[in-house]
Amino acid sequence: MEFGLSEEQRMLADSIRRFADERVDGERLKALVDGGDSANVDLLRGLADLGALGILTPEEHGGSGMTLLDACLVQQALGRNAVPIPFTASAILAPLAFAASPGDAGAEWLPALAGGVRRIGVGLSEAAGRRSGAGVKARSGKASGVARFVIDGQGADAWILATDEGGLILVEAGATGVQTVALTTIDRSRGVLEIRLDDSPCTTLLAADPAVAARLLAAGRVALAFDSLGAAERMLERAVAYAMERKQFGRVIASFQAVKHLCAEMAAEIEPCHSLLWYAAYAAEAYPDEFELMACHAKAHMGEVGQFVARTATEVHGGMGFTHEMGLHYFFKRIGLNRQLLGNPDQVRQHAAALQGWQRSAAAR
Amino acid sequence: MDLTLSLNYERYRADVRRFLEQHETIWRQPMTDSDGRPSDNGRKWQALLIDRGYTCKTIPKEYGGHGGKADILESFIAAEEFHRVGASTGLANQGISMFVPTLLECGTPEQRERWIRPTIRGEIVWCQGYSEPGAGSDLANLQTRAVEDGDDFVINGQKIWTSSAHFSDMMFVLVRTEPKAPKHQGISYLILSMDRPGIDVRPLKTMTGRAEFNEVFFSDVRVPQSQIVGGRGEGWKVANTTLKHERGMLGDPGQANAMLARVAKIMEEETLDGLRLIEHPILQDRLLRLQARAHAMKFHALRLLTHGLRGEDPGLARLIVKLNGTILNHEIAALAIDALGEIGALFDDSPHLRDKGFWQTTHMFSLGLIIGGGTSQIQKNIISEHGLGMPREPKPAAAAADTGTKGRL
Repeated sequence: MEFGLSEEQRMLADSIRRFADERVDGERLKALVDGGDSANVDLLRGLADLGALGILTPEEHGGSGMTLLDACLVQQALGRNAVPIPFTASAILAPLAFAASPGDAGAEWLPALAGGVRRIGVGLSEAAGRRSGAGVKARSGKASGVARFVIDGQGADAWILATDEGGLILVEAGATGVQTVALTTIDRSRGVLEIRLDDSPCTTLLAADPAVAARLLAAGRVALAFDSLGAAERMLERAVAYAMERKQFGRVIASFQAVKHLCAEMAAEIEPCHSLLWYAAYAAEAYPDEFELMACHAKAHMGEVGQFVARTATEVHGGMGFTHEMGLHYFFKRIGLNRQLLGNPDQVRQHAAALQGWQRSAAAR
Repeated sequence: MDLTLSLNYERYRADVRRFLEQHETIWRQPMTDSDGRPSDNGRKWQALLIDRGYTCKTIPKEYGGHGGKADILESFIAAEEFHRVGASTGLANQGISMFVPTLLECGTPEQRERWIRPTIRGEIVWCQGYSEPGAGSDLANLQTRAVEDGDDFVINGQKIWTSSAHFSDMMFVLVRTEPKAPKHQGISYLILSMDRPGIDVRPLKTMTGRAEFNEVFFSDVRVPQSQIVGGRGEGWKVANTTLKHERGMLGDPGQANAMLARVAKIMEEETLDGLRLIEHPILQDRLLRLQARAHAMKFHALRLLTHGLRGEDPGLARLIVKLNGTILNHEIAALAIDALGEIGALFDDSPHLRDKGFWQTTHMFSLGLIIGGGTSQIQKNIISEHGLGMPREPKPAAAAADTGTKGRL
């Protein structure tokens, strides 16, 4: 019986943290993100060298074949520094999609993804909840429709998209009839894309298996939750550090209970999130029956806690927190985008209700 | 990460289950008499539990305990199984949970010999005399005085929030014996018999309508000087070993989840305008928010357990438990009440009352728990100071002089 990170997992997280601290410190983060670079080649190469990009890739395809929890710990470490890197789609969702698909399409892509030389964006928004005008239909190797909010889609070599039938297709960049629209979100550290398909050639990874698509969606939700956890941890650390330095009324503001209590509340909210998220990621393999529901809880709860921490940590910084210069806003925005992607807390809780048979129509969500 | 149990622990779990099945007739009967004291049945159950090591496991045999080694995982499994069927985990009072561990750390061999066995066997019931009207969060400010007179201390003053004082045999109490010493160093830890002349116990009726607590007044109460635990002026140190045990007491990490399951059941069964409450979007959303938090706290308990098994100090992770746990239980009860609407406001013996008034009682009593044992605000001080390394609020100079202690030194 052990509910905690192993020595290896701690070392893994530490190595990514060190990498992020060295390579994406405050000034570098500003330069990258303000410059619109959400997929820096050097950073990708560096992460590939650390083995982070191939963490879920089977060994025969050049990866290390580790677990979702391991991959999520990397995601959390990246979130800590708001590292502008297309990790979630290329290193977590694409390998899982290939693993779940019966064909061998993965053989072509996985080694290049693990090496950081090619990238895949993943569009699951419509699987999480379809808004009017969106949705992709695929039939006999051709796809049409709109995939909105494709994660890490900008600049990718291909995209894996969920279809209305509960399938997964792979569309290569430059295929006929493909039109892309770069979306500008509050968070410039990741490139979200809209993809419009018009009878575009595609590879069917999975014909129609909503259960598999649902598990992929769950994995994406857990990964985004871990990213927010990392960002929230960092915001709290920065708030405490700032409060220990900043003096008003002749003393550091960290000695005022009004400020201390804000920090304590953030800590009290963040701490149990570790456990909830660990369990959700662990459930992917250990308790597949619970996975989807736990992923909903992780995503929804972390979304709420993230929002609370983003606001409160900024408040602790006073006016400085509101400035661009302080750089706190990168985390605020990272958390803000994560909250909305793949279902915001309200939407995800509805899904959690449906999974427990608590809706008039259990199928609807 | 591995939530499976090794074979020997699975065997242990099977043993616990078998034990609970075999003795169901005992744990189904009341553990206390109507006056609140342990019943014959309660003492019988306690003896069985000690014998099997399900309670008082590490207390030495010579003092009436089980005399075993601590095994966090075994305790966790046993607690889980007991809670699962709703069996009492043994007699629970502050004598057993706080006084006995304190004696084991700070008591003399004679004190241990004399008090531990009858206490854990339920023959002697204790109450705790700590809080005072002027010493709540600032406990060290306590003013109840004990003055030396011959071989005795003579106690005058008042305690409050003394649960079970009205049926206790004994009290462990903090008193000021060294009025000239700085406030933390002027306190002593005494034990006294509740039948001493000069002790007046008055029930303190709370918002629940019951008297869960008492006020205890002391007028010239004489206690032999030998009935001190630790030395004169060391009471604060001694008390802190006790408080440590209070904070270390493991609640039932599944309790919030179990309560939520009851709320969900109510919401699945009850309808409003023909719509099941569980389908009511707002109530459903509230339930789901609480569900995520309850799961988080349950897994958090597993995380703390793992820290314990590894011999690691969980630090910050441990400090948030009281703050989060008490608020969570309060909000679960609040949801149940809202789900029931007007029915949720019913109380006592009203027609249509649900669950014997459990939800209103829990809603109120859990508010008491948010305040008692270190208020949420004190918890936030502890979290920020001990968990995040933030400094204490500086003492205003005027207040320090006001106590008349700091100023004179």
